[in-house]
Amino acid sequence: MSALRPLDKLPGLNAATILLVGTEDALLQQLADSMLKEDCTSELNVHLARALPLPCSVNRPRIDLIVFVVNLHSKHSLQNVEESLCHLDAAFFLGKVTFLATGAGRDSHCSVHRNTVVKLAHTYRSPLLFCDLEVEDFRASMAQRLVRLLQICAGHVPGVSALNLLSLLRGSENPSLEDL
Amino acid sequence: MDSYDASKLTPRQDASSRLKDFFIGATPLQKRLESVRKQTSFIPTPPRRKIPQGSQLQEDIDPQKFAFLLHEQWTLYTLTPLYKFSYTNFKEYSKLLNAFIAAEKQKGLAVEVGDDFNIKVIFSTLMGVKGTQRDPEAFLVQILSKSQLPSEHKEEKVLWTGWFCCIFGDSLLETVSEDFTCLPLFLANGTETNTAIIGTWFQKTFDCYFCPLAINAFNLSWMAAMWTACKMDHYMATTEFLWSVPCSPHSLDISYAIHPEDAKALWDSVHKTPGEVTQEEVDLFMDCLYSHFHRHFKIHLSATRLVRVSTSVASAHTDGKIKILCPKYFIGVLAYLTELAVFQIE
Repeated sequence: MSALRPLDKLPGLNAATILLVGTEDALLQQLADSMLKEDCTSELNVHLARALPLPCSVNRPRIDLIVFVVNLHSKHSLQNVEESLCHLDAAFFLGKVTFLATGAGRDSHCSVHRNTVVKLAHTYRSPLLFCDLEVEDFRASMAQRLVRLLQICAGHVPGVSALNLLSLLRGSENPSLEDL
Repeated sequence: MDSYDASKLTPRQDASSRLKDFFIGATPLQKRLESVRKQTSFIPTPPRRKIPQGSQLQEDIDPQKFAFLLHEQWTLYTLTPLYKFSYTNFKEYSKLLNAFIAAEKQKGLAVEVGDDFNIKVIFSTLMGVKGTQRDPEAFLVQILSKSQLPSEHKEEKVLWTGWFCCIFGDSLLETVSEDFTCLPLFLANGTETNTAIIGTWFQKTFDCYFCPLAINAFNLSWMAAMWTACKMDHYMATTEFLWSVPCSPHSLDISYAIHPEDAKALWDSVHKTPGEVTQEEVDLFMDCLYSHFHRHFKIHLSATRLVRVSTSVASAHTDGKIKILCPKYFIGVLAYLTELAVFQIE
């Protein structure tokens, strides 16, 4: 039950592993299925977890990208993600962590304000993606995007590294986040 | 040479000073457009809000006058500013609206002489239902049924009531020009068909737009905290929450009732700054309720959706239904609803 570290295992040949963490099992499963349907030159492994820390007993490959899924309709999912973040080694936050917020489309159902998640992502210096995972088209395009992110984080794209990507994504963010 | 240099310099200086003037004198609407263009996330949730107090214009209003607005269930709508609306033309508006309703009801039917057409429409001002002097006066529209028999002095029955108001709507008032009257909050009680007919008439006459106001769970928890914070001498009703659990095929409802004095005691233990409510206090208040429930029933209420909040001050449902019970905090409740309405319009 120790903290997850990004570089404590050797990479598999042409393999890229993503870990999706969140309380919404059905949505994570659907997102995983969409990702596996994508055409990709690397061999994709998708792991799902409700929360960190992960049990040590399982033999798993090196994890290249972790996506924390927060459902804006449920405060419980936000609290779950906040608790899981403590079990992650700091080196992961150099481009290998992304936050994904779902459910922003139906504002009448939201119990978590958008800005709470924006602040969370800003605190951990990681990119935040918004997507309504319940809508199939949005889910498919998000799956495409995540596969591309995963390939970069696994080092399969020559010339771009996870840290590179992080600074690229950060550049387009609004500077007034400091006001929040 | 001098004149040539001067002419080269002045256009640039002129442009930059014009740009500066633009931002200094920019109205909030222009500033908002600018921030949208820069793609900044515009409206943060205000980290703190004032606990609703009585109206600052308490001396002017007679609480008896709006006693009939309490204890009624109102459906909420937001309304964009009305164009060329005048408080002096109420008689004319009554006549026009009366004719419009009669025409609508006659559409598609053969002409009958029935009670339906013996209706009377009344427009009246609601004095004192406003936050500051700048807010436009609230007004009331009522549809009454005229009794058929003039000899029997029967009381006219109220078929439909609707009222328009604006409480502390400063941010909206700043952005509109003189011809517009800003009354962003509309509350209606009566049948849906009547509301729709009256809405259509207003939209045609004053070029405005109605939109139902839904209250999401985040705002409902703010309301719960603010209303529990209100000091009451005497509690009329228990504090009750209703959650909807999303599950198929039929959703489950969880209802949680607390004695109002216990709720107030919990709030007092959470509350720090007097007179203000902060986001952290609201979250802590709700988390206390959730963890208490979890300890007893092992159900995570934070994973469900808050649908209804009911306190001694007022009760609100997520579909946009409100019932105000306490005259002391009448203006305070409306102020928060106006804020939500203004936010939705923008």
